[in-house]
Amino acid sequence: MTQLLRLLIAAVFLVVLSPARAQLQFEVTGGSTGAQPIAIVPFGANDGVMDIAQVIEADLVRSGLFFALPRTDMLEKPTEPKQIDHRNWKAVNMDNIVIGSVRRDPGSDRVAVRFYLFDVLRGEQRLGFEMPAAEPSQLRYTAHQIADLIFEKLVGIPGVFNTKIAYVASQGYGLDRKYALMISDWDGENPRTIATSREPLMSPQWAPDRKRLAYVGYERGRSSIYVHDVASGKVRKLVSEKGINGSPAWSPDGTKLAITLSYETNPDIYVVDVATAAKRRLTQTEGIDTEAAWSPDGQSIIFTSERGGPPQIYRMTADGGSPTRISFQGRQNLRASYSPDGKNIALVNLDDNRYRIALLDVASGSMRLLSDGRFDEGPSFAPNGATVIYATQGPKGAELATVSTDGRVRQRLRQTGDVREPAWSPLQR
Amino acid sequence: MFKQVLISAVVAFGLIGAGCASKSNKNASTGSTGSSGSSLGTGGTSDLSGSGSAVGTDDTSGLSLADRTVYFAFDSADIDGPGQAIVSRFAKYLASHPTAKLRLEGHADERGTREYNVGLGERRANAVSAALISGGASAAQINIVSYGEERAADPGHDESAWAKNRRVEIVQL
Repeated sequence: MTQLLRLLIAAVFLVVLSPARAQLQFEVTGGSTGAQPIAIVPFGANDGVMDIAQVIEADLVRSGLFFALPRTDMLEKPTEPKQIDHRNWKAVNMDNIVIGSVRRDPGSDRVAVRFYLFDVLRGEQRLGFEMPAAEPSQLRYTAHQIADLIFEKLVGIPGVFNTKIAYVASQGYGLDRKYALMISDWDGENPRTIATSREPLMSPQWAPDRKRLAYVGYERGRSSIYVHDVASGKVRKLVSEKGINGSPAWSPDGTKLAITLSYETNPDIYVVDVATAAKRRLTQTEGIDTEAAWSPDGQSIIFTSERGGPPQIYRMTADGGSPTRISFQGRQNLRASYSPDGKNIALVNLDDNRYRIALLDVASGSMRLLSDGRFDEGPSFAPNGATVIYATQGPKGAELATVSTDGRVRQRLRQTGDVREPAWSPLQR
Repeated sequence: MFKQVLISAVVAFGLIGAGCASKSNKNASTGSTGSSGSSLGTGGTSDLSGSGSAVGTDDTSGLSLADRTVYFAFDSADIDGPGQAIVSRFAKYLASHPTAKLRLEGHADERGTREYNVGLGERRANAVSAALISGGASAAQINIVSYGEERAADPGHDESAWAKNRRVEIVQL
């Protein structure tokens, strides 16, 4: 009882000290030189619910590809297309403006949002949508959807504003170390704890259906691979062999996991059927084989292997056939994963005593560094393939960083303690 | 929004903090991984403790952390002279106490990826296991777990910290 009391006091204390501590703080650290101007006008009748235009603006600015006209610089604030006076926007050098309005359904409490994207230079409507009515608490997601539509129209690739990241937060050392598996929106908002442990939690991976996470946990000195249903919180222990149970990677169809087990000899790649837990061994070599990842077409698996000496990336068929080395630049290459279009592979490259994130072009075999830390690790592609999120060493502990695959846009996500092992969710279907 | 952040903060840190509270704590409500009992979320015995976990009664009881930890060189699983002395002491103990059991916890420094380091940690624990067995212990007396770089003994980012983190801790069960 006193322990519970102390705990409550401790929790309240933490919160009073710094209410946002458990939330990742988002910062754009490098923007694109080609960022485009856009004006997001406050939506009409947007009273009593969240400021939708503000969420859309924050999304677009955080992408690093836009800069937004401050509201105080707007010469007019139209909410209907016929209210737009193009001269007011040419005067402030805006090509694209977004306007909209909110309507509360009198019967239910649901809120419908209509928005337009106008090219004021050409005087043409480029988008006009009536978004499905949503509960007021879900409006943030409506705003993200609108930002996705605008982003796709202006940038040419899908937006990822409605995606999530899973990550492992940890604090303390030795006996006091505590681990939490968290999920938040892509920009760190709405953090939620999925699992906590005093033993390590590792390697979260989203299922392609975005409803489940696979990850590694330890209980009393034994590791296991868990499959966690995010909505219900139901957890299933899928594999718990003697030795290593690690590095789960979903097959693109979501029916199988490639994993690392060591119970037969030493760490090797296996494929386990998620429904039946039946498993099959794919590699047999001496030394470590680990960190498997599937190609988007499900035909190949790439993995880290010591079969040729220091760890490098190899590719084999999904049933374990004809393994071939595919990484050649650098002392070591580890933890590779395919881009959604299968054309690139993100990995961890060791050279000059630095572990950095690099991009391997699958067709040409050429490699390009994306990050410049000393201990960068855990790269994970955004589902539109335009950005990679990874973990890096910050001044106060491990934090998350993103970099666009062209290397121009950089963002940081940090919170108290260490934040590691980011996994970017698929797009919502 | 502010309220939402507040609640999230309580959930995240309240529950991390609650790890040691009791077996009936509220972790279940956020889906602690407690499918088979509650130890993910409530923790078990403290296996990193230096003096607290001395369970044996004979020549290995009361050993300090230093006396039950074998250290390794970078990228190596070779046991050096001081490590041999520690291992042979435990080998004798296991040989003369057939019901005694140990857990070997393998660790790596932070360099390299996390899952690869789990492999390195296991290789070190396997090396200690092989040395114990050649010194008279039986395989049934030994459990192995690798934590990779997840449980650093020293949080630093330099060679002196890394040297302390490349280790196998011998824990009596």
